[in-house]
Amino acid sequence: MSPTLRRRLFSIGCILGFFVAWELLCLAFRVSELILPRPSVILVTMWADFPAILPHALQTLYTTLAGFGLGIVIGFLLGMLIGGSRLAYDTAYPMLVGFSSIPKVALVPIFVLWFGAGTVPAILTAMIMCIFPIVVNVATGLSATEPELQDVMKTLRATKLEILWNIGLPRSMPYFFASLKVAATLAFVGSVISETVASNKGIGNLMMIASSNFDVPLVFAGLFILAALGVALYVVFSLIEGRVTGWSVRSDTFSTGG
Amino acid sequence: MKPAIATRSSATENVINLEKVGVSFGVASALVTALAETSLRIAHGEFVALVGPSGCGKSTILKLVAGTLDASQGHVFVAGREVGAAPVRIGMAFQNPTLLPWLNIRDNVMLPLKIVPPFRRGFAAKRKTEYRDRVEALLATVGLAGFGDKFPWQLSGGMQQRASLCRALIHDPTLLLLDEPFGALDQFTREELWEIMQTLWIEKRPTVVLVTHDLKEAAYLASRICVMQARPGRIIEDSVVPFARPRTVEASYEPDFVALTQHLRGRIVAARGNPQAAA
Ligand SMILES: Nc1ncnc2c1ncn2[C@@H]1O[C@H](COP(=O)(O)OP(=O)(O)OP(=O)(O)O)[C@@H](O)[C@H]1O
Ligand SMILES: [Mg+2]
Repeated sequence: MSPTLRRRLFSIGCILGFFVAWELLCLAFRVSELILPRPSVILVTMWADFPAILPHALQTLYTTLAGFGLGIVIGFLLGMLIGGSRLAYDTAYPMLVGFSSIPKVALVPIFVLWFGAGTVPAILTAMIMCIFPIVVNVATGLSATEPELQDVMKTLRATKLEILWNIGLPRSMPYFFASLKVAATLAFVGSVISETVASNKGIGNLMMIASSNFDVPLVFAGLFILAALGVALYVVFSLIEGRVTGWSVRSDTFSTGG
Repeated sequence: MKPAIATRSSATENVINLEKVGVSFGVASALVTALAETSLRIAHGEFVALVGPSGCGKSTILKLVAGTLDASQGHVFVAGREVGAAPVRIGMAFQNPTLLPWLNIRDNVMLPLKIVPPFRRGFAAKRKTEYRDRVEALLATVGLAGFGDKFPWQLSGGMQQRASLCRALIHDPTLLLLDEPFGALDQFTREELWEIMQTLWIEKRPTVVLVTHDLKEAAYLASRICVMQARPGRIIEDSVVPFARPRTVEASYEPDFVALTQHLRGRIVAARGNPQAAA
């Protein structure tokens, strides 16, 4: 058995062990389902209520992905601007830091005021949540470009744009993808916050209603689905990251896979 | 035999013209003078070697000519114009390996073809055909055939250095700036590359500035050798290498040749002075 396979199996075993321990501890101490339902109960609820949960899950996925997509585009462009220009850095950076310190839940009522309750505020909140890490990382990546590599281009009389395209962009890709993995999970947080406060659709709304009905297993089912969606998105971007920025970790799959 | 002191070539033909150039780093309280009042003229098609102790400003001169460093005093002219303005095709091999880590060796070597006119025209169409063959052929001459698909981190230091040399040569530069291009190579590979460089220079006659610590290399390749001293950096001797071409490694053991390298060695030893006392 190869060491990597053994490591994988071991980590899978530990994760399963966590849920088994949860199940057993709840049984041993007779924890009420109203306080902490057992994983098996949650899974059964998920299965039984699947038709009711599915539209909510799809709605959350939709608003999250839409917000995340917008966040990537805007965050990337903003990051390029801030990383590429001193003036933009000096003005935009303090504003961004201030902006990111605002609790995003406070923005939801404003979005509702502007666009009405429902889908749009959820998308915007998801976007707002994920912009900051993307901007910061892209800007950092650009400014981390080694001057020696820029000199290579300068001796060839390359223009600023050519240097950005051939050196700055590829150099900042590892930073960009690192931020995407954080941003993907933050986008879920954003859309669920917004759904909880102001929407009649989505996992956030489902959990709100379930908890007011004391349907605690359904609340936890919602949490499980969110976690699963978050993990799925994380994995997708990890895979893309491996393909695009394998050079930065010198991975063998990168060099042979081209 | 004593090498003659070079007479300066006519000003109109100069590809490189440093006029009383000074370069200093740092703030006034801790100023490092890398280069002091240095003048240097290099004519079209010359092969000049810069030798001298570590830290005497050899790389600094190359960076000035390449346009990646600005002079603190004086002027740097390339092809009769202020550096950067002239349409000279420059090929530069840097002292440190500067291959782009996200490109494989082939794409790294191809980089100048993507940027420099006239090669950049039709780059997208030719990169898989004409340019690819061109890169493979060049890699083969330096002993890197079949390494095009590898990434820089998969190559040894000496192989990376040879790939860098290929990147400096791929676009037929008229001005070649080589900063210790053979420093990481074994003696035999090095001698092979001397021969390749010499052939290339005889065939295409680019202007070459070669920085090296190897005096034999300087005497083998260059038509003119400038000796530098450190702190402050300046050129203290400028001599013509009279040997006929093509030169061979065997010839480098002949008395004239040995006398020249010994003379250079003497100048550098004197230029180093006593580093302890100087500090
Ligand atoms: N970016 C920099 N900042 C401060 N000092 C520098 C810088 N670059 C070079 N120097 C100084 O300038 C002097 C000349 O440097 P240079 O790189 O030209 O030396 P060199 O002759 O190429 O030496 P070597 O043979 O070791 O490569 C050195 O004393 C060095 O300390
Ligand atoms: Mg140097």
